[in-house]
Amino acid sequence: MTTTTTTTTATTTPTTPTGYVRPATVADLIAARADHPDWAVLCGGTDLMVEAPLRPAPAGVIDVWGLAELRGISELDDGGGAAVRIGAATPWTEVIASALVAARAPILVAAAREIGALQIQARGTIGGNVGTSSPVGDSLPVLLALDAVLELRSPRGARTVPYRDYPISYRKTALAADEVIVAVRLPAPHPEARQHWRKVGTRRAQSISKVMAAAVLRVEAGRFVEARLGLGAVADRPVRAPHAEAALLGAPVGAATADAVAAALAHDVAPITDVRSTAAYRLQTLQHVVRRFVLETA
Amino acid sequence: MNVTIEVNGERRTVDVDPWRRLLDVLREDLRLTGTKEGCGEGECGACTVLLDGAPVNSCLVAAGQCDGRAVVTVEGLARRDGGEVLLHEVQRALVERGGAQCGICTPGIAVCAAYVIDAEPAVAAAGSGAGGDGDARAKVRELLSGNICRCTGYQLIVDAVVEAARARQGGGSR
Amino acid sequence: MVDPQPSGAVGRAVPRVDGVAKVTGAARYLDDLELPGAWHGVTVRSTVAHGVLEAIDLDPAFDWTDVVVVTSADIAAHGGKNVVFLIEEDQPALAPLGGRVMHVDEAVALVAAPTRARALAARRAVRPRIAARTPVLSTDDALRGEVKLYGDDNVFKRFTIRKGHADDAAFERVMASAARVIDATYTTGAQEQMYIETQAMAAWWDGGRCHLVGSMQCPYYVHKAMKALLGCGPDEVIVTQSVTGGGFGGKEEYPSMIAAHAALLARKAGRPVKIVYDRGEDIAATTKRHPAIVRHRLGLDEGGGIVAIDADVVMDGGAYLTLSPVVLSRGVLHAAGPYRCATTRVVGRVVATNHPPHGAFRGFGAPQTTFPYERQIDKAARALGVDPLAFRSRHALRAGDTTATGQELTVSVGTDEVLGAIERVAGAPPARDGRAASGAPVRRGRGVCFYNHGAGFTGSGEQRLAGRAEVALTAAGAIEVRSSSTDIGQGSITMFAQIAADALGVAVADVRVVDPSTDRVPDSGPTVASRTCMVVGGLVERAARAVRARVEAWGAARGTPGTFAALAAACAAAEGEVAERVQYEPPPGIVWDDATYTGSAYPAYGWAACLVDVAIDLDTCEITIERCVQAIDVGKAINPTIVKGQIEGGTLQALGWAVLEHVVYKDGRVANATMTNCIVPTFADAPELETILVEVPFPYGPHGAKGVGEIPMDGPAAAVANAIRDALGVDFDHVPILPEHLAARRDEWTRAIAAAGGAS
Repeated sequence: MTTTTTTTTATTTPTTPTGYVRPATVADLIAARADHPDWAVLCGGTDLMVEAPLRPAPAGVIDVWGLAELRGISELDDGGGAAVRIGAATPWTEVIASALVAARAPILVAAAREIGALQIQARGTIGGNVGTSSPVGDSLPVLLALDAVLELRSPRGARTVPYRDYPISYRKTALAADEVIVAVRLPAPHPEARQHWRKVGTRRAQSISKVMAAAVLRVEAGRFVEARLGLGAVADRPVRAPHAEAALLGAPVGAATADAVAAALAHDVAPITDVRSTAAYRLQTLQHVVRRFVLETA
Repeated sequence: MNVTIEVNGERRTVDVDPWRRLLDVLREDLRLTGTKEGCGEGECGACTVLLDGAPVNSCLVAAGQCDGRAVVTVEGLARRDGGEVLLHEVQRALVERGGAQCGICTPGIAVCAAYVIDAEPAVAAAGSGAGGDGDARAKVRELLSGNICRCTGYQLIVDAVVEAARARQGGGSR
Repeated sequence: MVDPQPSGAVGRAVPRVDGVAKVTGAARYLDDLELPGAWHGVTVRSTVAHGVLEAIDLDPAFDWTDVVVVTSADIAAHGGKNVVFLIEEDQPALAPLGGRVMHVDEAVALVAAPTRARALAARRAVRPRIAARTPVLSTDDALRGEVKLYGDDNVFKRFTIRKGHADDAAFERVMASAARVIDATYTTGAQEQMYIETQAMAAWWDGGRCHLVGSMQCPYYVHKAMKALLGCGPDEVIVTQSVTGGGFGGKEEYPSMIAAHAALLARKAGRPVKIVYDRGEDIAATTKRHPAIVRHRLGLDEGGGIVAIDADVVMDGGAYLTLSPVVLSRGVLHAAGPYRCATTRVVGRVVATNHPPHGAFRGFGAPQTTFPYERQIDKAARALGVDPLAFRSRHALRAGDTTATGQELTVSVGTDEVLGAIERVAGAPPARDGRAASGAPVRRGRGVCFYNHGAGFTGSGEQRLAGRAEVALTAAGAIEVRSSSTDIGQGSITMFAQIAADALGVAVADVRVVDPSTDRVPDSGPTVASRTCMVVGGLVERAARAVRARVEAWGAARGTPGTFAALAAACAAAEGEVAERVQYEPPPGIVWDDATYTGSAYPAYGWAACLVDVAIDLDTCEITIERCVQAIDVGKAINPTIVKGQIEGGTLQALGWAVLEHVVYKDGRVANATMTNCIVPTFADAPELETILVEVPFPYGPHGAKGVGEIPMDGPAAAVANAIRDALGVDFDHVPILPEHLAARRDEWTRAIAAAGGAS
């Protein structure tokens, strides 16, 4: 039996963007975004520019790479103790070099060091990672575990959104069409909390994640009293692990809890089989990695 | 749009589509073909240049973003002293240690390694003999992991970069 | 014979002559060349694995004014034949209109335009109509033969090697006498060469002559293919290699395809046309290592003697024959391994499927068959409870022994040297159990392997090829080496310069190895099969000596005796160019019978042993190669640094193939055709590689040199699998071995570790 199909190559026509602006302030950025809702916001280009000549160009470009207001790491008292505030256009190189981030959120530094390599770390930004909202975005599980808060701005004003409410589905987010990501805030962690991070990639460096897990765990009197797990590459978006966290809270440290948490994880994720790994591997590995976090928290 | 870039210390103005890749501006508009394209995905590092002093994949940088910025390519590593070309320590070590084979990844590696031996204390310090070669070698492997080479197995490149760090620390003449 | 008095350059780590150009960015690869007025060519490809090309429609809404479109119809119009000639004439340059499309990403039409962007836009407006047919996507399906792609049975080529038995019944009687038979089936996957410079070619016509410049290993392969395709005479096609950014076999046959495309576009456009593949296209459309399935039986007697060896090799050739028969040949010739055995049978078949054609990749069939036999030998040693290295040494071929094809080994057999070298450096195995930084338990193991690799063309190939090379003292007094061997990064021009310099008694810097162009250099044969240094290097040495002899005779005849160096300038001024061209002559005693597949399969073999230590994170099943030592008998290292670089590069490709590199086919298409997903090792994945150069000279190679390019690729995968077996107590008989495979068998190895008293 034969059926006739028309085949075309996947390549689409590249076009030239009609406009290009480089806003000097966040106010200008918001205005530009309102004026040109279909233009791309370009920062480090580590996602948007991939194979650019083979893909259609955006209608226009709003370049925020040099926007000073969006860049930098500072301490911010947001009422709940001193938070760390990281401008959206801050590249990973600065996160890695920051003593403040290293002290408060060592797992963010650890994750940043595993994003691409030097070249990508010099251009990739935390805001870009959040904005792209890939299920394999390397910093995103960390932001979940740290209970990060996003600062968003639009012509309608500023708002903060807990990062856990931000990813909605595959690459869909709570960001409104006219909004921009201004900064990521990391609330001050409890001094007794332990932070954990593990990325399992396709290779040692410059790799796409197959499984990621971040955790903030705190034990008092031999029991888990605080537990946030952020997971990546095991669902259509970065996810928390409500079942596993429930299994942790109030449970004693030790192997029995670790096993129970690992078992509960199966209800929190929906890994897939793709060209990089298998659903079975992703689940099994996630369970072992998180189990290890629990065992190592005493 | 008109974009003015300081390329290897020289101000160059080009009229380009802002979405055009820095890689293409360098190779086609400025005819600096030492910078290579290996993948166009930001994966192989063959197109590495320094943008405002930091190593970046020039295939992922839009031309419009380069206006008013400084770029160093492989052509800018060596110094010219009169008619004589004085290779950068990294370039010299790559030649002497056999760190270049087919050579297509070499410009990107040279640029990234030139950054690494100056900017990364662990490599620079190990280059001076402190900390031992093992630490320096591991650090070089970590920091150059954005540059893929398919010919060498990396061993002779690591040798060369550690050697270059040592030469640089020793105040070896450029 | 080995030079009794090697002078300055040979054996020294002379910096490569093209090194400065490469580190400064001055070296010009194809895409770096100025080609005034050149248009950009792109390829319209099939999205169907198997079908009939009914028509090619051009979108009438598109503005075609500055665009050239080429289809198969343009080939016949100029008296050419729509074929990329190599071994058979089965592969068209463009899928014929009305004819069959045989694989996804097969070229069906070509487009050229003044800019790449414009060409890409035009490509989108070319609409091939292909009537899909049922594809054949596995060797099993191919052998079932329900859908016929090639001949009656879809078998491109089959070989049988028999030693010590008359027929299958006799063989089985011997196998049946074995006290123990190790019987297993091994699968190895496709592998992408991933040279960092993608395929690239430019063409232009001047009068009736077609000029082709590009990234390639074999200018004369392209030359031959273009004569047929373009209907040209030999002087009407000039093929020149540009600086080439890696090949590894991937630029052995495919450049003829892209050359065909560039030439056709340039002819129709009436101007130069350049085609540079983007990475995804290169991964998806060009050749890769043949996937293979090998059933191997190893019959042992009570005392651990080898009674019989049986290997049945099936390779997936892909949609066209290309080089598959030769790859299979090398595969079967290596399948029994470098072991003594009186009764050996090897059968091999390479079959047609609707995958893109598989082709040459470093090792060329041997890695696919080395992995099985070195797993088998390891299993045997383990079953017998003997030391794996000692077991190999007990059975290894040495001078005086005969191979599976009945070749008696006489000289340059480095068995004891390479095994001894590994034994000396091995040291104690690493601690079996440990902890990772995460706290995860880590399990370690050690594996070894022993292997050989035939250098040069198989059987009578070198005689048939009759490669030639020339050395000249030019009228201007320069010294030129002229050969069609290409430097694709392996350092051949530096080694040729060293060899010629020593033969002439001059400095390396005084020798120029000219760029290979078919109008300037004789056909030295292709740059493949670990033959460049051993075979062509030998021709260069002979030619250089002949030039030296002539010049010195000239001096003596004039009563001014002296060395070549002293006389060269005067001789050149007086006599004009002094050139000597020599042709390959086989070493004595090389006899090969293609009909029975018996005799001297190769003029020489490289010998190698490898040791690998692995560590496995038992939480994540990640495999770390903690140590890899290769001891390789290269005959003579003409340039130790270059040879070491070659070995280390091949070793890492082998380690990558073992545990990392995975070409995923889905419905006949490469599903991971990006560099992000079709991964190769980075700096961080590579262990510190330990390389031991062993020199057991081959009397008929230059200064004793043998081939080295391919051998390091053959063995490490087996050493890795053997190490994983040592660590986990479970056999993994496939390549690659990925964490996913380990995880899928977690229960099995958890039990095995517990049974072995493991700490985890």
